Amino acid sequence: MSGMPLLSLAIWVPILTGLFVLATGSDRNAPLARMLALLGAVAGLLVTIPLYIDFDVTTSTMQFVELSPWIPRFNINYHLGVDGISMLFVMLNSFITIIVVLAGWQVIDNKVAQYNASFLIMSGLLNGIFASLDGMLFYIFFEASLIPLYLIIGVWGGPRRVYAAFKFFLFTLMGSLLFLVSLIYLFVQSGGSFSILDWHQMPIARVPQMWIFLAFLVAFAVKVPMWPVHTWLPDAHVEAPTGGSIVLAAIALKLGAYGFLRFSLPIAPDASQELSGLIVGLSLIAIVYIGLVALVQEDMKKLVAYSSIAHMGFVTLGFFMFSALGLEGALVQMVSHGFIAGAMFYCIGVMYDRVHSRQIVDYGGVVNTMPKFAAFFMLFAMANAGLPATSGFVGEFMVILAAVKYNFWVAFAAATTMIVGAAYTLWMYKRVVFGAVGNHHVAELTDINSREFLVLALLAIGALGMGLYPQPFTEVMHSSVNELLRHIAVSKIL
Amino acid sequence: MLAMACLILIVDLFVKDRKRTITFVLTQVTLVGAAIITFALSTGQILYTFSNMYVGDMMGDLLKLLLYLTVMVVLFYSRSYVFDRPEMAKGEFYTLTLFATLGMMVMISANHFLTVYIGIELLSLSLYAMVALNRDSIAATEAAMKYFVLGALASGLLLYGMSMIYGSTGTLEISAVAERLFNGQANKTILAFGVVFLVSGIAFKLGVVPFHMWIPDVYHGAPTAVTLFIASAPKLAAFAIVIRMLVNGLIVASQDWQSMLLILSVLSMAVGNFAAIAQTNLKRMLAYSAISHMGFMLLGMITGVVGGDARYALNAYSSSMFYVITYVLTSAGTFGMILLLARSGFESEEISDFAGLNKRSPWFAAVMMMMMFSMAGVPFFVGFFAKFSVLQAVVAAGYLWLAIAAVFFSLVGAYYYLRIVKVMYFDPPISTSRIVAPLDMKILMSANGLAVALLGIFPQTLMSLCAFSLLRSL
Repeated sequence: MSGMPLLSLAIWVPILTGLFVLATGSDRNAPLARMLALLGAVAGLLVTIPLYIDFDVTTSTMQFVELSPWIPRFNINYHLGVDGISMLFVMLNSFITIIVVLAGWQVIDNKVAQYNASFLIMSGLLNGIFASLDGMLFYIFFEASLIPLYLIIGVWGGPRRVYAAFKFFLFTLMGSLLFLVSLIYLFVQSGGSFSILDWHQMPIARVPQMWIFLAFLVAFAVKVPMWPVHTWLPDAHVEAPTGGSIVLAAIALKLGAYGFLRFSLPIAPDASQELSGLIVGLSLIAIVYIGLVALVQEDMKKLVAYSSIAHMGFVTLGFFMFSALGLEGALVQMVSHGFIAGAMFYCIGVMYDRVHSRQIVDYGGVVNTMPKFAAFFMLFAMANAGLPATSGFVGEFMVILAAVKYNFWVAFAAATTMIVGAAYTLWMYKRVVFGAVGNHHVAELTDINSREFLVLALLAIGALGMGLYPQPFTEVMHSSVNELLRHIAVSKIL
Repeated sequence: MLAMACLILIVDLFVKDRKRTITFVLTQVTLVGAAIITFALSTGQILYTFSNMYVGDMMGDLLKLLLYLTVMVVLFYSRSYVFDRPEMAKGEFYTLTLFATLGMMVMISANHFLTVYIGIELLSLSLYAMVALNRDSIAATEAAMKYFVLGALASGLLLYGMSMIYGSTGTLEISAVAERLFNGQANKTILAFGVVFLVSGIAFKLGVVPFHMWIPDVYHGAPTAVTLFIASAPKLAAFAIVIRMLVNGLIVASQDWQSMLLILSVLSMAVGNFAAIAQTNLKRMLAYSAISHMGFMLLGMITGVVGGDARYALNAYSSSMFYVITYVLTSAGTFGMILLLARSGFESEEISDFAGLNKRSPWFAAVMMMMMFSMAGVPFFVGFFAKFSVLQAVVAAGYLWLAIAAVFFSLVGAYYYLRIVKVMYFDPPISTSRIVAPLDMKILMSANGLAVALLGIFPQTLMSLCAFSLLRSL
């Protein structure tokens, strides 16, 4: 165990590099800004590697803990730490940051420094969210991360970017303000503590638990997003630049799900049990109905956005069946979705950069001009559809297995996604990639360059590696998941 | 001690030269001098002087120091604006500013209802004149007229309330009123009426609904330099008189005034935030935003005493104090930014004037963005902690529904602050001209922005300072 404050480094290295990048100023220094950003992103990943190497898989207690007082007046502490659940996301996020910086390498030629700085700062803030063990610290990172994403969508986005940016910001803020009130309520009730771990142990009566759970639900459901508060996501995805979409899909959506694990379930276990039917119902709607919605989309980004919602439905379903298999499946699904959805959005971005259209009808026969790209795209499309040997399969399969034990019809409904998911993904793939060359735009396409190849290869290693050998991912989460389940099973009502 | 500060101010006023820069420098020197005196004489004890007309305590000292600082910053911000406009570039601007400052100092350390009244009048009369300083402007004249008529009415209400309190308790000395009320030597009915009038008068000075009508017109009509002044320093003084009159004097009647302030507060947040959405003029929008912020601040005042239990008082009042201070800081910065972009013949007060600011000056766009996010209450900026501390006081007092209402209105408020950010960052610039502003103003503006950010990361010192000074003063 090294004495370095690794989590602080994971948070502040990207943020400080981001500020340096910002200082490079105008677009004349764009190459410098890019190099610096890449350097920061790689450094950000490097400092998280010891987190995995030194991680003790046998314990469910928080590791790499840092604790120092921040605002003693309200007993708010700078309290960081990770367990088997959050550690994976810190790493995933740091990894995705590199992808994002590379993805915007050539495409973004306007306000390059600000663009890269936004992503780096956001990356640090997101690491802060996953590593916070203090409720207020968590909330502060949670809200602050809205600002960079708002700017990313609004400044570098598509034609309806203003609408999308506002919708994104206000939807999320709506949820998080209620979350803030519940945090303050917990603070007052616990006699002046903002420590999440204290709250886990604190007994709460049934009715307040219900309210807390519902307030948390609003905050996290918006972020996941769950039906019916999902409508901001397709807009945000469609308008965001490629990098924005990747971060949004790969990391930002995970925040909501992570919030359920860190807040809703352990703080209000009785309410979680009692209201689990509601969540399971909403999840099934997301899986089945949103899956069908995805089928009819004509815009590729929208299609993947809806498919993200459906996949996140699996995650929330897995959480609220209260079995180790379901929970671990959901966590695997979260990480895997980070790779796959990130890759899907990147693939669409690659085509968009060349043709400047996201409409499926504007393509056809891409395989003829971009064979290498088509191979990668094929892999990710299959993974998105949940093909065995890809990471998409592992998570979905584990959740469905858990669902069979929980209730056959729930499992039945969830399993339809295997068909619907394959249908919309592969149908889109067929229309875009196969067939005769559709038009002269497609005929003029050039295959991916080495930078794009690198990005896709990195993501492919993630998706395939996790599909073929999920052991390294699941072993770190075992003890934390089991502890969480034990904790939920005990009533907190006195 | 306080008399010395006042004396210097008045002496300086007569010494004043007509030369503009000299006036400016003299004014600043006066303020620094007053600050030094206040600081040097601050003992941390509660002292009464002038046959108990004045009180000197830590809260007063802290507020006064902040007041000097604010006025100094205001004068720096408005210097080039005033100099560019011959109709304003007269000694009066500075003289009136000092008179108003004196009025606010009197308000802050008043221990007698009449002293409060004198302070308010000194402040208000100076402000009426300042609003109308640009006498050829119809909007400014109209604003001044409106301000004067409504202000006079409010003063009348205040005086009427005071007379009733006198009738009820037989004294106007704030500490004596508190004592007699505590001993039950007062006529309750008359007292209740007195409190109603008093609260109405205060509500007018704070500018909360339904006594807010003057705010948008005055903010909009007054020259921006004057708006900057009105929107910053007097809020500190208004907070002080709320503490002095209602908390120090009438804490026994807290049941009465808390329920009144509750209604005023919720209405202000509702009207302020919803009306701000419809504005296209930035000054007007900020006026409505000021109304909503004052409403939010009052939330802290109404949660001090719960069912006769004053356990939470310190927590609640210090939250309000922190809120006011951060609001003044942010508000000064925002209006300062309007002044920064203004040139002679160009006011830069429409929201669209900020279009594409990020292209013209990324740094100042970032500073303005910090101000806006701070006002909206998004971390890591100090506005978040202001909202947070007031909200925790509200929840601690058990008003959960009030906290939910407050965050709902904050959500509405976030929309129009975001719109400014949108205009600066997402829209193409309307002009590509460089920003011309004196260096001192640019430095100060940057410092103001950094203060908003740094206090947002390290709010502890200021929070404790508020709590500590109130603890020593109540």
